[in-house]
Amino acid sequence: MSDYIIHDHNNDGIDRRGFLKCMAWAGTGALCVLQGGVLKSFALGHSGHAHAGSLKGELSFVQISDSHIGFNKPANPDVIATLQAAVAKINALPMPPEFVLHTGDLSHLSKPEEFDALDQVLKSLKTSRVFYVPGEHDVLNDNGKQYLERFGKDTLGEGWYSFDQKGVHFIGLVNVVDLKAGGLGNLGQQQLEWLEKDVKHLKSSTPIVVFAHIPLWAVYPDWGWGTDDGAQALSYLKRFGSVTVLNGHIHQTMQKVEGNVTFHTAMSTAFPQPQPGTAPSPGPLKVPAEQLRSLLGITDVDYVRGRHSLAITDSPLAT
Amino acid sequence: MKRQLIFRRAALLLLLVGVVALTNKNAHAGAQDSANNEVKIDNFSFTPATLTVAPGTTVTWTNRDDIPHTVVSDDKIFKSKVLDTDEKFSYTFTKPGTYPYFCSVHPKMTAKIVVQ
Repeated sequence: MSDYIIHDHNNDGIDRRGFLKCMAWAGTGALCVLQGGVLKSFALGHSGHAHAGSLKGELSFVQISDSHIGFNKPANPDVIATLQAAVAKINALPMPPEFVLHTGDLSHLSKPEEFDALDQVLKSLKTSRVFYVPGEHDVLNDNGKQYLERFGKDTLGEGWYSFDQKGVHFIGLVNVVDLKAGGLGNLGQQQLEWLEKDVKHLKSSTPIVVFAHIPLWAVYPDWGWGTDDGAQALSYLKRFGSVTVLNGHIHQTMQKVEGNVTFHTAMSTAFPQPQPGTAPSPGPLKVPAEQLRSLLGITDVDYVRGRHSLAITDSPLAT
Repeated sequence: MKRQLIFRRAALLLLLVGVVALTNKNAHAGAQDSANNEVKIDNFSFTPATLTVAPGTTVTWTNRDDIPHTVVSDDKIFKSKVLDTDEKFSYTFTKPGTYPYFCSVHPKMTAKIVVQ
């Protein structure tokens, strides 16, 4: 047990020190576990892996995000290669994931050939299904028509939907369409009404996983890292005992716990972005080539029935 | 006769030099004018944030970021396609007024054109 770094926190689950520690470890491989509102972080050493193994439950899935196929500038001139590395990493997981969630920005410029290339790479995933939500880069010029035809079949509105898997209710939301001047991410009234109805019939003990591109909580509004009506969406989920919100968009891991809700953002598979406020703009972070793959990665999520929370593990493509 | 020809040639040359100088001056003035109707997109912001132009002016936006942006009027009077790095968009303002606009991909980016 001496390999683990464990922080016991107050029951409010909002311990800044522990949160930062967890983030600091995220870049090198960390396991952030929330149990009963208490956030713990474990460094992934040899025994850390063993511990992670023991947490494997009935449902295991992987989140990938922000592949930006078509981007070809510093610090990553080959985003296909890094997406392939992410696929290889997923295929090498000790427990194959049930499915993969892609939380948006599949493409860089919504070009058909970019969507084609993404399709081609993800075909080698050894998993039955990939679920998508669009990022703002996927709905350029055509308000997401092409995205919907290719990746959002059988979804509602601009691409939102829900599904159930092994007792967990998954909700994919779209907060990148019809954005308002001066505003942040936006879900819109129609989607909010649908969400309220969608969860109405569920028991409060049902674990909920919400996934959307832009963070639903205010990570850094100055850079547009938040969703204007995100709080309203979350108000419909207050009665649930376990809510996990998975986002992308900011190309770095971040985690926050508020009551029964765990917010988490995933790394990109294409390029990192600066930490909030540490650069003049949120443009791509230019890092040396040998550092790039330590800042890109995948997120592995495990659910154990009967446990209060889901275990979230961020793994970089390389350490 | 020969002398007259040389004189004529000299006069013509002088005239040519003058025309070239005048053209250069005009070209220079033109360049300055175009700087006054250009908006640069850099570091997720429009510069200048407020640009004042005369009616009939064509304003050109250039994206200098390595991330794509758009130029969209709040009232949807003008709307660019997505602009990748170094791509441009132009719009000619005919009527006086204030035209607020934003980037529909990153809506925190806002600015305006004043036509007067």
